[in-house]
Amino acid sequence: MEAPLFCISREKEGTAMIKLENVNKYFGDLHVLRDVNLEVKEGEKLVIIGPSGSGKSTTVRCMNFLEEPNSGHVYIDGEELTHRNKTQLVRRTTSMVFQQFNLYPHMTVLKNLVLAPMKLHHKSREEAEELAYHYLDVVGLREKAHVYPTTLSGGQQQRIAIARALCMQSKIILFDEPTSALDPETIQEVLDVMIKLAKENITMVVVTHEMGFARQVADRVIFMADGQILEEGTPDQFFENPQNERLKTFLGKIIRK
Amino acid sequence: MAGLFSANAWNKVWIYRGTFLMGLKNTVISAGFGLLLSLCIGMILGLFATSGKKPLAAIARAYVELIQNTPLLLQMCFLYYALAFSGHSLGILVTGVLSLGIYHGAYVAEVVRAGIEAVPKGQFEAAFSQGFGYLGRMTYIILPQSIKVILPPMVNQVVNIFKNTSCLYIVGGADLISITYSFVTGENTGGAYAPAYLVSGLLFFIVCCPLSSLASMWEISLKKREDRSGRMDRKRSERVA
Repeated sequence: MEAPLFCISREKEGTAMIKLENVNKYFGDLHVLRDVNLEVKEGEKLVIIGPSGSGKSTTVRCMNFLEEPNSGHVYIDGEELTHRNKTQLVRRTTSMVFQQFNLYPHMTVLKNLVLAPMKLHHKSREEAEELAYHYLDVVGLREKAHVYPTTLSGGQQQRIAIARALCMQSKIILFDEPTSALDPETIQEVLDVMIKLAKENITMVVVTHEMGFARQVADRVIFMADGQILEEGTPDQFFENPQNERLKTFLGKIIRK
Repeated sequence: MAGLFSANAWNKVWIYRGTFLMGLKNTVISAGFGLLLSLCIGMILGLFATSGKKPLAAIARAYVELIQNTPLLLQMCFLYYALAFSGHSLGILVTGVLSLGIYHGAYVAEVVRAGIEAVPKGQFEAAFSQGFGYLGRMTYIILPQSIKVILPPMVNQVVNIFKNTSCLYIVGGADLISITYSFVTGENTGGAYAPAYLVSGLLFFIVCCPLSSLASMWEISLKKREDRSGRMDRKRSERVA
């Protein structure tokens, strides 16, 4: 077996890594999340699907307080996430991969990767670079260490963004539609990296339209519409025997055989 | 009296060259310290304006509107005369530095605000999602990207603050313009209007022209760089299509 990507220092059997409790979120008059309750266990791979505007992105963005809920509670690793502690708690526990990659364009790839470990985790440059090269190997882009992100293809940028998230060595990685902005032929290279990660003990929450990926890696799949969770289950139950009518229609539209 | 072609008038200006240089020195000092003050004010208010906190943004907005919509001359008179009459005389140099700093601070604040707003929202989000606090986000990620947007208009502000020292004339300053005026109206030196103003203008030009050329060169190279990366993006999407 390969060396593990992560060493999880303490095991908390049974406690939820992420817990949303009666979370409500409004954008102006729009009620985007309606009393969402959700638990993600340590090491679990959760995939959230649903039509656009269903609140699935908002749900993951509430998990690191990029959106702060109007009411309800969010717990990360047993601690409540609040406006006061969000920077510290997010720094310690979560990282995120975005649809638009959001790499820092004024820095080389290597600098993108070592910035947070050096400035936030106070690692030495040697340690941080070692870590960076390790994860560049994981995503297969070691040779791009010294180029600027804008010179890379979308798929490569997203793989770098995943490496950057891995460099945080956080227990949780949130993926907000990581392949939606990619050219079709580069989607698979990103999915391959994510499939590789899914073998590790990282808690992953993935918003995606990639049903093949969901079937392959998810421990649990959630279907959202109108700011509510309408159905959840294992991939097998979920895709073979969907109960909810809207899910049936949604799957019918999205999976064309 | 002495006109443009009077050797006598030119000679008089030459004899009093030290006076002109002293005026230039005062102008440089007022503009220099005024610039430092305006950078401090502008930086803080620019950050206020983009903080997303309504009270702070309102303070920044109110300051900018108040200062930009009243004349610099009035602000100078207020600082100098109004305060002097209430018993707090500031002295001419302090008045100059304060009024120029306060006035240009409003413009710098707008430049900084625009620079920060030019950075895509995703950059703030990526920095936050890594656990950077406000200061870390600004220092490592946002401001380094804003700086190329901020610099060219900032250099123009330097040119403007330098020229605006001439307003100090209204409160009897010792800047280049005031000195020139005293020179051409002085009892012993009076009358050499044309040479005096030409020399004074030349001194302004020598300082300002390189600065504003620098600003426009910066802007052009910035545009070129943007075009280039834009072309790259297009090429990539063409390759894909």
